[in-house]
Formats: sequence, C-alpha cells, structure tokens
Amino acid sequence: MTTHVLNDTGVMLGRSVRHVTRSVDTIITVTIMPIAFLLLFRYVFGGAIQTGTDNYTNYLMPGVLLIAIASGISYTAFRLFNDLQGGIFERFHSMPISRSSVLWGHVLTSLVSNAISVVVIILVGLAIGFRTSAGILAWLAVAGILAMFTLALTWVAVISGLSASTSDGAAAFSYPIVFLPFISSAFVPTETMPGPVRAFAENQPVTSIVNSIRALWDQQPVGNDIWIALGWCAGILLVAYLFAMAAYRRKIA
Amino acid sequence: METRNPAIQVAGLTKSYQDLHVLKGVDFTVAGGSIFALLGSNGAGKTTIVRILATLLKSDSGTATVNGFDVASAPAAVRESISLTGQFAAVDEILSGRENLIMIAKLRRVKNPAGVADDLLERFSLTDAGGRRVATYSGGMRRRLDIAMSLIGDPPVIFLDEPTTGLDPEARIEVWQEIQKLAGGGTTVFLTTQYLDEAEKLADRISILHQGTIIVSGTLAELRQLLPPAKVEYVERQPTLEEIFLAIVGKEKQR
Repeated sequence: MTTHVLNDTGVMLGRSVRHVTRSVDTIITVTIMPIAFLLLFRYVFGGAIQTGTDNYTNYLMPGVLLIAIASGISYTAFRLFNDLQGGIFERFHSMPISRSSVLWGHVLTSLVSNAISVVVIILVGLAIGFRTSAGILAWLAVAGILAMFTLALTWVAVISGLSASTSDGAAAFSYPIVFLPFISSAFVPTETMPGPVRAFAENQPVTSIVNSIRALWDQQPVGNDIWIALGWCAGILLVAYLFAMAAYRRKIA
Repeated sequence: METRNPAIQVAGLTKSYQDLHVLKGVDFTVAGGSIFALLGSNGAGKTTIVRILATLLKSDSGTATVNGFDVASAPAAVRESISLTGQFAAVDEILSGRENLIMIAKLRRVKNPAGVADDLLERFSLTDAGGRRVATYSGGMRRRLDIAMSLIGDPPVIFLDEPTTGLDPEARIEVWQEIQKLAGGGTTVFLTTQYLDEAEKLADRISILHQGTIIVSGTLAELRQLLPPAKVEYVERQPTLEEIFLAIVGKEKQR
C-alpha cells in the first residue's frame, strides 16, 4: 500500500507540476508583485526608512519572500477548486488509488512552485544588492523555515479550495495573509509603531519568521525567534490540516 | 450473454439531504454483461445513485453491491471493479489527450501506459489530436477521451452518467457505438440518461426512477406491454418509449 501511495502521489505531483509549468502566467503573477515591492522599497521608500542596518535590501528580502509565498498558495486553492468543479476529483476518487494522494499531489506542487518563485526573487535580490555570506547550514535552515511556512499556508489553501463556491472565493483567503508582512518587522523596525499596532506586529507569526531568516543570513544568533517561528508554522499546519481533512470528508463519503 | 452473477444489486437504497428525500427505497438488479439504463427527469436522483454505487457518497440505508462487493463495507474492491464517467467530462484540460490516458494508466498500474494510451487514441479516432491540449477539443472529442479513460484497466462495470448530454447528433451516435462495443465485449454498462431514444436504442433493460423510487423495470418489450395494445384506428404504430415514460410518470403524479 505504501508503494501505491508513493506511485499515486508521484503521478498527481507530475500532473499538477505540468499545470504550473504550462501556465507561465501564474509564475509571472506570483513573482511580479513581490519583485515590484522589492524594487519599490529598495529604490523608493528605502532611502527614508531607518532600520539601523547599512543594507536595506538584506533587511527586506525575508518579508518579500513571505509575500510571494502567501500569494503563491492561492493558486493551490484555485487548482483544487477547478478539480472539484471539473469532475476529475470524483474520477480520481472512484478509482482504486490512494485517496490521500489527490490532496498531497496539490500540496507538494505548492512546495515546488513556491520554491521556484523564491529562487527567482532571490536572484532578483542578488541583482539589486542582496548580499549574504551565510553558510550551507544557515541556508538549509532558511529553506526549512520557508518550506514549513509554505506547507502551513498550503493546508489553509486546501481548506479554501475545498469549501469555496466560486474560484474568486477560493483565492480570496490569501489577501489578508499577503498583507500580514506589512504589519510586522518585514519592512520597518516595530519600535516605531504605536502601542497596540506594535503589540500585534511583534506577536504575529511573520515577525518571528522574518527575524529568524534575517538573522540566519546575517550570521547573527537567532535566539528564540526561530523556535517561535517554527512553533507558529507547526501550529498553523496542524490546525489547518485538521480543518482541511474535515472539509475533505464533507466533500467525499 | 446470459446472466451470470448480477453485476449490480441494489435493495432498499435511501438518501436524504436534510428534508429533501432524494431516494426513498430504490431496488434494481443489473445482469453482468448487459446495458442497463436508468431513466428519470432532471433531479430525479440518477446521479445520486451513480455516486453511491461509485463509492463517492454514502447511502442512508439499504444495500448496494457492485461486482459482488458491498459499496459500504468493501469500497476499495468496488473501485477496483468500476470506472466512472461523470456528467461533466472529467478530463484534465491542461494536459494533452495522450497525457490524460497515460496518467490514468499509471494510476491503474497497467503495464506499458504509453502503449495503452496510443491504442485507445487509435480506437477512439483521437490519434491526430493526442498531442494537443484537451482545452482545444470539441465536446464530442472530450466525451470520447473521457470514455477512453474509463476503459483503461478493463474494469468489469462501467458507469456512464448522461454520456451524451450536450453532444451533437453525430457525436451521440459515435458514443452509442462505443457503448455497444463495450457491452459486446462482456462489460456491464450502467447508463443514466434523460434521452428516451438513447435508452430505447441501447439498453437491454430499463428502469424508470421517479420521485425517489423505481416505478417500473423491464425490457423495452415489457415496458410496451404496460400500455394498452396499439389502437388500430386512424394510425397504426407502437408507442414509443417516450410515450410510455410520460404516461407512467403522469399516472404516478395523479395518485
């Protein structure tokens, strides 16, 4: 049975990766907005923002990557919604395959496609002044945090894709998530924010994730931030997974 | 093509959605290797029955077996025995026709998926279109691809839920020919349709689903006997199945 799960998930992954690579426009839409923010903050706002660091591109990179992932996962909801509408979801479920592979195919595809956008954005970052001398372990830690963040949000996207009634609705859940980095330490230090805003900013998941990645790239001690970041991701992942499974069971007997 | 074990057996099947009682005790049997047509108006519950038999939906009560396996207690064995072609062509628009077939062949773990795909493209006259994205296909081509995908792995029972809805007359005839070939090869075909001529043309046995129960079952000849013999007055002709259907359904409503 395990081999079936792997075979079936592999086939499903191959299928939806083709969906990603054949709709180049989705890759462009996913990366163009974060790249626009990157350029906007680097060349327009950046000069006026006091962060206490000499390289503002380094400062804003982690937040831009999180925005990219938050908007990228909405396509997972969109693709899943289309599968449900088109009837191919039911076809798969009436076949002698491992049923979990249908969702896992989408989830793994989300990891692959978001990894592609993250790499593209890092390359653009390097071109406009992002610099790090982080070693392989720090890079692996950054990749791990981003993968956890993607996985957690992807399961949120699965809930949305399974329960939405229109394709616009399937993607709409990601708008607030895309906005979260703006009320965090992603672009400006939280110290300048008024009390309640600052309290929110410092205690929401994006800040700890941004601080961890920034510290890893700057080869600074990450302190507790990385554990808070991973805790947030694991917590969101677990809750979203449970809700996604409940939504899934409502869809299928 | 005599009856072996019944390919499908349904007894006392019920299903409700809140206050809406879609199925109120459905019974029928389908002989192996035959074409069975389930007739009914839109919303009569045909698709609900198909979804229960294809293990996509649980019934509230009653039993249903497909190829000897109970849909509730042995769903995995049922899925090994069936293929479902739903009401909307369940094909992947972004993949090519050939890739769709290979995908299903891999999921069904048949040997030589590419060879199976090429054979089916040939058989369904899709060889030239095989490399094109399905999004560019016509309705008839999609349906043919959809049915071709259902044949992979040679499942003994095939469900076709309104296979010709939305097709032009020529495409309908192509689909009909494929269905007849299938049954000729020993596959049991469970067909739902709202086109009465379709059932008349294809089905060995017909059941009419109306207001949650099967109100009549039989061969076309048996259904014809339910009406008084053709009157020899001005015109002499047998009643069409359409007349039989409307007469029976009308009678039920008056009760």
